[in-house]
Amino acid sequence: MDEVLLRSLTPGVLGILGRRGADFAAAEDAVQDALVEAIRAWPADPPRDPKGWLVTTAWRRFLDATRAQAARRRREDLVDDEPAPGPASAVDDTLQLYFLCAHPSLTPSSAVALTLRAVGGLTTRQIARAYLVPEATMAQRISRAKRTVAGVRFDRPGDVATVLRVLYLVFNEGYSGDVDLAVEAIRLTRQLAAAIDHPEVAGLLALMLLHHARRAARTAPDGSLVPLAEQDRRRWDTASIAEGVEILQAALARDRLGEFQAQAAIAALHADARSAQETDWVQILEWYDELARLTDSPIVRLNRAVAVGEADGPRAGLAALAALDDALPRHTAVAAYLHECDGDLATAARLYGEAAHQAPTLAERDHLTRQAARLNNRRCR
Amino acid sequence: MAGSVPGENATGVGRTSTEENHMAKYLLLKHYRGAPAAVNDVPMDRWTPEEISAHVQYMNDFAARLEGTGEFVDSQALGPTGTFVRYDGEGRPPVTDGPFAETKDVIAGWMVIDVDSYERAVELAGELSAAPGAGGKPIHEWLELRPFLSASHTVTECRLK
Repeated sequence: MDEVLLRSLTPGVLGILGRRGADFAAAEDAVQDALVEAIRAWPADPPRDPKGWLVTTAWRRFLDATRAQAARRRREDLVDDEPAPGPASAVDDTLQLYFLCAHPSLTPSSAVALTLRAVGGLTTRQIARAYLVPEATMAQRISRAKRTVAGVRFDRPGDVATVLRVLYLVFNEGYSGDVDLAVEAIRLTRQLAAAIDHPEVAGLLALMLLHHARRAARTAPDGSLVPLAEQDRRRWDTASIAEGVEILQAALARDRLGEFQAQAAIAALHADARSAQETDWVQILEWYDELARLTDSPIVRLNRAVAVGEADGPRAGLAALAALDDALPRHTAVAAYLHECDGDLATAARLYGEAAHQAPTLAERDHLTRQAARLNNRRCR
Repeated sequence: MAGSVPGENATGVGRTSTEENHMAKYLLLKHYRGAPAAVNDVPMDRWTPEEISAHVQYMNDFAARLEGTGEFVDSQALGPTGTFVRYDGEGRPPVTDGPFAETKDVIAGWMVIDVDSYERAVELAGELSAAPGAGGKPIHEWLELRPFLSASHTVTECRLK
């Protein structure tokens, strides 16, 4: 069974139920039931018209649920006739769904969970496994999210930036469980790009493709991290890079620069270098300056300090770093690297050790510990 | 978990560093011994049976409420004594030792939560520490809050050598 096809049909099915007058929360539950049923039934008995099957099944589930409720409330009139279409919407159904699921009233984790279920067509169990929480917890997170956005109506598009932030969070979560969230994030961003013409949507899609292209090279067989400079560039996915670059160029040509386009431009410059030595750090630094103007984020300035170190030498990088708050995440790791480039191996080794203690992920901790060990061993010999 | 990639790209762009804590898991560790003394530290075996019931009820309600908010991951209690075990060489059975009555730090149990921020984790730990003890008053026990290291693979491509 083609699960990706099944998932891609979800927003459309949800839209049809909505136009027939079903409220979002009930319709979403009904579509989820239909998806679970499809995963069970389709392998043995694939439907000729998958979307029609989903609509019929979901609508029946919706009616059953509504009837049960109506019996309690004596409101049977709601369900028996062929439903009238809902009020015409100025915004495309699918697009509206993205905005709803990323609504600013939701916490990031709720927005992510709701997006994956309602837009992405993942089951609660799949989402729970991907985020390593019990299914009951994830089910509650989603129903709370739906209660939070109940009553939200769109007569014009929401802020696309909120949607992009949610999709980016999904992408960064990577892959655990049986769903590849990075691939799923790319699919959802591609689908969004088809529904709305916006250079930042294109920028995010390009950024994801350019990052994803390097995934195979990013991890050694033992699971340890391979830094960009040491990656086997022959293992980069050239088709994905080419697509990312093409999408980025079309977006940049429209002259409405945003932070995702700028990030994608940096990723594209790395992708373009045949070896680490050939990296165009001067141009990368210019993009970081651009990015700092767009966002004024301290994390951007931290990354910019590394680019300064590469373009103008480690002393210049350390000077740029000195202007930043040393409590920033990964500040110590950057300092360690720049000191190593500057030849101060004792300081670098000490800072790598400190940075390992502060590392937020297992892979980074192990990586930084190895860097400290490498320098300590070299110095003792 | 979103991570910035120094010198390569800035994945934290547009988000504050606290948002880096997005959906992090935390361990709330409860100690039998080893934590600083609780404010209301009358041992449980000197409570009234009703006070014990009220305490257990509070813990259960807390876990149920966290499940309802979509933040609960796991909760377990441990027996107070343990055995130490170590490898003793090829072909030999492992050596065991203990339990040691004098062990300073003894873990009583834990709860794992999945929350949107460090601040939320602190808030919940504070609530859990308010479980009632002797006299029906909050125990004010010290819970140890530890972050899980995330296992995310995607954007941890530091070019730090």
